[in-house]
Amino acid sequence: MSEQPLVSIRNVHKSFGSLEVLKGVSLDVKKGEVICIIGPSGSGKSTLIRCINALNTIDSGSIKVEGMEVHDPNLDKLELRKKVGMVFQQYNLFPHKTALENIMMAPLKVLKQPKDEVEERARQLIKRVNLEGKENGYPGELSGGQQQRVAIARSLAMNPDVMLFDEVTAALDPETVKEVLTTIKDLAEGGMTCILVTHEMGFAREIADHIYFTDRGVIVEHGPPSTFFSQAKDPRTREFLSQIL
Amino acid sequence: MNAFQQYFFDLAQEYPKWNFIFFYDPVQADRVLSGLWMTVKLSVVCVILSVLIGLIGAWLQGAKSQLLRSFVQGYIQFFRNTPPLIQLLFFYFALGQFTPTYSPDGWLEVPIISNVGWAIISLSFFAGAFNVEIFRAGIEAIPESTQEAAEALGMSRSQNFVYVVLPLAFRVSLPALNNNLVNLVKTTTQALAIAVPELLYQMVSIYNDYSTAQNACMVILFIVYILLVGVLVLAMNSWERATRIPGYGH
Repeated sequence: MSEQPLVSIRNVHKSFGSLEVLKGVSLDVKKGEVICIIGPSGSGKSTLIRCINALNTIDSGSIKVEGMEVHDPNLDKLELRKKVGMVFQQYNLFPHKTALENIMMAPLKVLKQPKDEVEERARQLIKRVNLEGKENGYPGELSGGQQQRVAIARSLAMNPDVMLFDEVTAALDPETVKEVLTTIKDLAEGGMTCILVTHEMGFAREIADHIYFTDRGVIVEHGPPSTFFSQAKDPRTREFLSQIL
Repeated sequence: MNAFQQYFFDLAQEYPKWNFIFFYDPVQADRVLSGLWMTVKLSVVCVILSVLIGLIGAWLQGAKSQLLRSFVQGYIQFFRNTPPLIQLLFFYFALGQFTPTYSPDGWLEVPIISNVGWAIISLSFFAGAFNVEIFRAGIEAIPESTQEAAEALGMSRSQNFVYVVLPLAFRVSLPALNNNLVNLVKTTTQALAIAVPELLYQMVSIYNDYSTAQNACMVILFIVYILLVGVLVLAMNSWERATRIPGYGH
């Protein structure tokens, strides 16, 4: 059982019009694993993780989450999305709801869980992302870093098995990046399976079990951070790393 | 006659062009009040129905079915591009012929939809067509990414619409909705054409019976509509303030 990957991506192709953004991507993520996808802009990283919870469709290939074929037209999307949480670059909180209400909304409306139970869990999540006292703040009253932590808590409220992070610190200023990364790190250390698209190389090196480098729609190179950063073989990887590090 | 009635009675004697007959003749006063009451009922019912039509139409505009979307588009074009007066006449005189009738006493044949019923239907669909467009504009102002977040949390299209898109779009739509509802209240006067006994109908009847009351009727009509629309605008404005989200948009 433990050998079976939680997320399995096989030879995925995806085009937007005439632009092919994914040209046969395959990767596996095991339970409890943290993987980081890095690479230049436009290399297909975000598209790839958006395909994992069916926000984007794929043209060919296969993506399986816990054995569910994500791009089966008869897929119960609700079942998939209960298992896969997602955090976005722009937080995308519900602006008309307070922090606490943002976290409570999906468990209440989608899972139809009892309100007392949901609220208790939401308050624990607020504590877990270090936002005590901000329960009743509206997103417009919170800083970017605070909003992003609410967004993480909102995803966690659905008890997902895997979390997707799509450049979640890219819109933040350097000081608040840290508070969000700390939250993600706590999650990863708690055993959550995480797939991150990120430009934070130091962070990737610190928390990732495996790093994938994508360029122009293909995975150019991958490996554990210990060897990936120091012994990259492909010239494209080396060029990218030399610009970043 | 009390002092108030006496004052207007004397005024009419002295200045025959300013006969505020409904201020001293109880029969005419009843006509004005019943007209006002009909106008208020017509306005409230049409406002509510037209908003519901607007919401349903805006939801259907996002439907998967091309047929449904074309149907909504056709509805909007028809009601937005033709005068409301013609719509009223068409509904009452043309469609009215085909509606079934019932007989309360075995002698009379009463259509199941009265002229008031047709006025409500016609005016609600008229204002509803504009409301669809107003809500659509509001919905389009809501970022795709916010809806995507709801989708990623497992919300269905209808849950997304009810809990996320609509509450936000409604706030964006309120100023434009405000304008359209003001227009709707004023357009209820056109129900006069199918003999709905609303305020204008009653006032015209009064000055047809008492030509000296014409100026007075006009003045009262203006004042009543200024107040009526004023109340609506005040209510809409306070609603706008009440739904303002801290830190959002302003």
